[in-house]
Amino acid sequence: MSNIRFEQIEGKSLGFYTLITGLGILILAALVSVYYVEHHGHFVTGMNNRIVWGMPHVFALFLIVAASGALNVASISSVFNKKLYKPLSRLSGLVALSLLAGGLMVLVLDLGRIDRLIVAMTEYNFKSIFAWNIILYNGFFVVVAIYLWMMFERRMNKFSHKVGLVAFSWRLILTTGTGSIFGFLVARQAYDAVIMAPMFIIMSFSFGLASFILILMASYKWTNRPLGNIIVNRLRNLLGVFVAAVMYFVAVYHLGNSYLAENTGIENFILFDGGIYTKLFWYGQIILGGIVPMILIYHPITREDRSMLGLSSVLIIIGGFVQLYVIIIGGQAYPMELFPGKDVLGDYGDIAQYFVSLPEIFLGIGGIALAIIIVTFLVKFLAFLPESLEDDLADSYHKR
Amino acid sequence: MNKTLNRRDFIKIMNVTTTGVVIVASGITLTTFASVSEIPVTNKKRWGLLIDTNKLTETDIDGMVNACQQEQGWGAEIRSTASQKPGWIKKLKVKDKTTNKVSNLALMCQHCEEPPCVDVCPTNASMKREDGIVLVDKHLCIGCRYCMMACPYDARSFVHETLKNQKEHMPRGKGTVEACTMCVHRVDKGETPACVESVNSEAVIFGNLYDESSQINQTLRIVQSSQIRADLNLNTGVRYSGI
Repeated sequence: MSNIRFEQIEGKSLGFYTLITGLGILILAALVSVYYVEHHGHFVTGMNNRIVWGMPHVFALFLIVAASGALNVASISSVFNKKLYKPLSRLSGLVALSLLAGGLMVLVLDLGRIDRLIVAMTEYNFKSIFAWNIILYNGFFVVVAIYLWMMFERRMNKFSHKVGLVAFSWRLILTTGTGSIFGFLVARQAYDAVIMAPMFIIMSFSFGLASFILILMASYKWTNRPLGNIIVNRLRNLLGVFVAAVMYFVAVYHLGNSYLAENTGIENFILFDGGIYTKLFWYGQIILGGIVPMILIYHPITREDRSMLGLSSVLIIIGGFVQLYVIIIGGQAYPMELFPGKDVLGDYGDIAQYFVSLPEIFLGIGGIALAIIIVTFLVKFLAFLPESLEDDLADSYHKR
Repeated sequence: MNKTLNRRDFIKIMNVTTTGVVIVASGITLTTFASVSEIPVTNKKRWGLLIDTNKLTETDIDGMVNACQQEQGWGAEIRSTASQKPGWIKKLKVKDKTTNKVSNLALMCQHCEEPPCVDVCPTNASMKREDGIVLVDKHLCIGCRYCMMACPYDARSFVHETLKNQKEHMPRGKGTVEACTMCVHRVDKGETPACVESVNSEAVIFGNLYDESSQINQTLRIVQSSQIRADLNLNTGVRYSGI
């Protein structure tokens, strides 16, 4: 039924080994950081009793959110039957699994007691969103692995639509779960909002696709395989829609929150007088991560330029990190409203301080490196990438 | 078949008997010691505190914090920064935005009936006893800190460094979360929490909220009291009057 030719990459070039070595060093640096933090205790990090979750959680949640989004390309092909995306399905599944592995590595290695991971696997509190997420994340690995098998094995191809549907539903539930980690925290004014769940889903569409596009373009460029404009343009348009949708959700979230008097404090903090968080929100999240990529994607001068699409993707990813930083760190920095109608005097009523430490950053970067190294190795050993994505080939799928 | 008891047999029998007596006796002794905490904890009781901020002085609060530190063995962390040090009980100064009235109060785990920390804990390490005391099982805690994110009272602390000289009744551990235990080890022996004992006045009352003859129950019937973040409907075990 298909004449797409998937082929492993050769993976013998100097560039390949340099990439693997570089990523290996980053992963090693992450592991050394983890040992350092676990040995001394978390006092060596910038996290404290008020900024409970820090930079590792920004990285981990970005990767987990992007993971579910990266699967979208495969879903569009097998669930919504868009043939154009079919050649990209395998890579989409692979990127999804790799990003999730990277995210989970960061999340798990920041635990206070990593040695008790087995407890997390054996003791479940089914009222906890976290416990649900453990099941959802592990299930995602299984579902996507089966999905990939259906795509790889010719005899199983006929099931890929149904398994794709399961994977698509699973990923929607998974991101709902991730968003609900925050959405169900009634205590904190920044989080207690059901819109968190759909907002995280749309964020995953955008961050996941941006990551996918970068990996796709890099792997085709570095292996000298042809990548035609039809597919690239299609992905570009999709990315533009997703970025706009994220900005829409962010606007609704903040407008909705501002309307409630109990939340005006936190809203003023993030939007107007929150110092670093306000700057990050406007310059990082909105301008750099939203408006500039939109201009690059839709402006006639930059629209046709592939490197501008790469730049847009990089900016969207940076903007995504900033967005999660503002949500996670900014949301904790603003003091909780313990006594409505009263001011808490002294240090405790002030904005909580957070100074990120190097081990936290190394751990986070290690997660990204793990995701990329998994992709790099697996495209060498299994046929994930079509040998060509030239326009005439893509066009023929599109028309079928 | 009469057999005279020779020396070897006598020693053997004596050894067996002595060993047996020692085992049984030590078992009985252990049971006797343990019997204090074997009184079943039931939901017929609900332990609580009533803090009167009009009577509570700043010195009282400092005394409560000190008593808690002495009793539970926290506060001597040397490597953690101020915001990383544990704070099982905090001294807060609150000013009314309209009247400018300043109240001093002690804030600790509020021992909610519906504790958000218990809901979010993935491993059941956060738990609530039948008598309403909310605790952390240090053996199940994986240090994810989700409970700290969920607690509306900022009542929990994460242990950021290796600890020394711990109290026997209160094992604590680097990388796990901890909070006020309402001095459960004292309460189970029929005593009052250390912080309550440190206050000389009746500014802090401890007791069984359900017991109509208890001082806390009777006082709560007369005075106007409030729960912090009552809007969350968590039905806290710690109540305040005067704020």
